[in-house]
Amino acid sequence: MVSLSDLFARRRKEDRNGDGPVHPTKVLERFLAGLAGRPQPVLLDLGPVVGTNVTFFGEEVGCKILVEDLSKDIDRYVTEGKLEELPAFFDTRFPQQSEAIDGILCWDIFDYLDRAGMERLARQLKRVLRPDGVLLAFFSTADPRAGVRPTYTKHVVVDRAHLEYRPYAGSRPKQRPLLNRDIQRLFEPLRITENFLLKTNLREVLFRKPPLSSRVAPGPTAG
Amino acid sequence: MWKRDEAVKPTSGPGTSTGSAVQSQLGGSPSASQPEPRQHGREVVNIGKSVVIKGELSGSEDLTIEGQVEGKIELKENVLTIGPNGKIKAQVFAKALIVQGEVHGNISATEKVEIRDGGSVDGDIISPRVAIADGAHFRGSVDMQRKGAPQPAVQPRSASAAPAQAQTPAAQVAQPAAR
Repeated sequence: MVSLSDLFARRRKEDRNGDGPVHPTKVLERFLAGLAGRPQPVLLDLGPVVGTNVTFFGEEVGCKILVEDLSKDIDRYVTEGKLEELPAFFDTRFPQQSEAIDGILCWDIFDYLDRAGMERLARQLKRVLRPDGVLLAFFSTADPRAGVRPTYTKHVVVDRAHLEYRPYAGSRPKQRPLLNRDIQRLFEPLRITENFLLKTNLREVLFRKPPLSSRVAPGPTAG
Repeated sequence: MWKRDEAVKPTSGPGTSTGSAVQSQLGGSPSASQPEPRQHGREVVNIGKSVVIKGELSGSEDLTIEGQVEGKIELKENVLTIGPNGKIKAQVFAKALIVQGEVHGNISATEKVEIRDGGSVDGDIISPRVAIADGAHFRGSVDMQRKGAPQPAVQPRSASAAPAQAQTPAAQVAQPAAR
């Protein structure tokens, strides 16, 4: 007996171009588990559009997917020489209502931003994420290598436990990596629920927005 | 019409008013003498590169658009193809949509939407099947309504709190990082 998810995984493997290395991922499974139980979760994908990911999250997981490719925004600001305006742009970048998104796939977009850009982007993501919503992000732990041609990465879902990293040319190199406590502070009040350091010098982090009940301050006790 | 020599079919069925609202705006397509294309034995109507349509376009035949359309397109029982030169600023309703050109507007398809390499869509898509090729541009949302399908296949994981190492591929994952 072949399960439906096996069939999807097989199809995705057949569809893959196979031009990038495949790496295990621990956090994707947890991210999907975080969406469980919601009738049609709304997903915000900040990476470049990947057809097989749309199929995976749309058909298999049953999400409504919003694609907002931030790497294109970064490229645009770099080529126009207006990178210093990028943080302010994030303030108006997301038309979504507050607390409207169940899950956010940041992938490694934060690696390409400077501090101000990270803070403004994180603020917006925290705004649109629903209470109890989940956010997946990758952070490089290695210092960027000088003289290397900048590349971005398409993260292609192979199955729940594996991602293909498909590099493509970009305009901006990765910036200095964040320390763990900086990552934590950047996303407060989101809580880090999973944090894996891979041998590929990549930190996979899953954040969860505290549910409303845990954010309501206790009222004054009567009597 | 749309470069067909044969008589226009009677507009008896629903959504068979192809081009009636826009015929006067065709502006004399120079490609009107092109042979009528056929796809898989089905007749396909073609709107040429130089044709600009503003208004509502509906019909009951498969349609390929290489020109520009602004407004609304309804081909609820048919396949709509936006050719590499096609530029659409419209709401689109079709059975199936193949995009090789540009679409700005929301799309609703009862069967599938396919954005091919070089194709571009800025808008929201509602369709049970969506295929986006490498090299395609897409910005918007995708809603794959699954009529009659079971609820999302995300499996509740009672074991989600299990230790990370239990499922860790040892070759790649070094350790759960210190917090």
